[in-house]
Amino acid sequence: MTSVLARYAPLALIAIAWEAAPRLGVLVLPALPPFSTVVLAMGRLVIDPELYVHAGASLMREVAGLGLAVFIGVVLGIVMAWYTPVRVLFNPLVRCVYPMPKSALIPVMIMWLGIGHLSKIGLIFLGCLLPVIVSAYNAARGVETVLIWSAQSAGASRSEILREIILPASLPEIMAGVRTALALSFVLLVSSEFLMAREGLGYLIAFMGEGGIYDAMFATVLLVSAIGFLADRAYLALMRRTLAWRE
Amino acid sequence: MAGVADVRRQHTYAGLVRLGLRGLAATGSVIALLIAWELFARAEVVSAFLLPPLTLVLERIGKDLISGALPVQLGLTLYRAVAGFTLAALFGILIGVLMARSKSVSWFFDPIVSIGFPAPKIAFLPVFILWFGLFDLSKILMTVFAAIFPVIGATAAATEGVDKYLIWSARNAGASEGEILWEVVLPAAMPQIITGLQVALPISLIVTIVSEMVMGGEGLGGNMIGAARFADSVGVFAGIVQIAIAGYLLIKGLELIRQGLLVWHQETQQLSTF
Repeated sequence: MTSVLARYAPLALIAIAWEAAPRLGVLVLPALPPFSTVVLAMGRLVIDPELYVHAGASLMREVAGLGLAVFIGVVLGIVMAWYTPVRVLFNPLVRCVYPMPKSALIPVMIMWLGIGHLSKIGLIFLGCLLPVIVSAYNAARGVETVLIWSAQSAGASRSEILREIILPASLPEIMAGVRTALALSFVLLVSSEFLMAREGLGYLIAFMGEGGIYDAMFATVLLVSAIGFLADRAYLALMRRTLAWRE
Repeated sequence: MAGVADVRRQHTYAGLVRLGLRGLAATGSVIALLIAWELFARAEVVSAFLLPPLTLVLERIGKDLISGALPVQLGLTLYRAVAGFTLAALFGILIGVLMARSKSVSWFFDPIVSIGFPAPKIAFLPVFILWFGLFDLSKILMTVFAAIFPVIGATAAATEGVDKYLIWSARNAGASEGEILWEVVLPAAMPQIITGLQVALPISLIVTIVSEMVMGGEGLGGNMIGAARFADSVGVFAGIVQIAIAGYLLIKGLELIRQGLLVWHQETQQLSTF
């Protein structure tokens, strides 16, 4: 416990500096409320039911977009690695589109799907699909052929090999790819909610910024950062548990 | 003798055909998709607003190129993204090296990096607008803030992990601490540091474009969101093509720099023997 405290002590230093700077007028940044007022705003925020409307909308978009991307991306990546026609068809497309900065898709998603849930889900889905496909593809291609040969010689069918050998052997790399996609999905979610939304946590931040409610805005910014951080930590814990058999 | 020449020629033909097939396999589906885009849009299966024909999009890009608008806008976006990326690289490597060398620096930055790395930094965009305004400064600083964490993380891990025997033998040979840093630690850590930079570069592009979309002030991102608001779908698709090409060139450029910097390293030599 004390080691955790010592580890995170620098954050307390930052909080103290944040409290002191605006009160003493040392750091002249416009619109920086003291840390304590942000904490109070955070308290008011978490008991306000409206927060949960926005958080619920964001969560729904996040889960739907990322879930679809992971499911379709893993299937497509593995199929690409194991069936030549599919590889010939998709590999050039993937290589061509992969380096594109995914935020460029935001305006198209507005045009195609409007400013509701669908455009965010579509954006997160398309943006996260490529990293997932690429990690699944590389993982499945990298499976040791010796493993597959020995399964074949032991009489395993193609689908058994897929289920019993390829999937487990590629799981570590796939899960690492999904972790990248998770981080990207939050960036795309918040960006698109800044630009085109009437609900969601990103919209809430932008709305309060424009309305000049800076303490609540900072509270929401910290909340969104914390959600992103905790989602990553939870995923990391899941990854360790799922991959524990490797040790 | 003629028979041998024939056989050889046939071999060359077969080789050419194989090369052609491989080229077709490498690009065929992209070309097919582009043709399908054009036909699909021309047939007006969906309205031209939702999907303008590819030829119109290319025509717009050509026009922008000739009028000089495209180089200016592309230059603005690249300037912001590359400036942010470069600052993130310099300060990220500096902080990372200091973290590996000094306990107190590491104590201070470790929790910040471990929380900041996975957090969606883009949420701070409105804060950057309030603090630094709507112009280049806030866009570049936002990019630095989003891109610096992977660089710090990779540099700290890499310099920490440098083989101690290398450092000891350099010290034994009478190298100063500065020489050890420049001649031993940084080169040994370079592959991993560049991997960190390769994570940071796409982030820089994504964040610069979002900043331009939110703050306006031209650039490819600003223009695209403007086009979307004025229902100019040709402009939106032209923007996507431009941004995709810019991103592709930057990322390939960094790959080339990696190979250039790591000529001495195994990974490059393995590549060149293929």
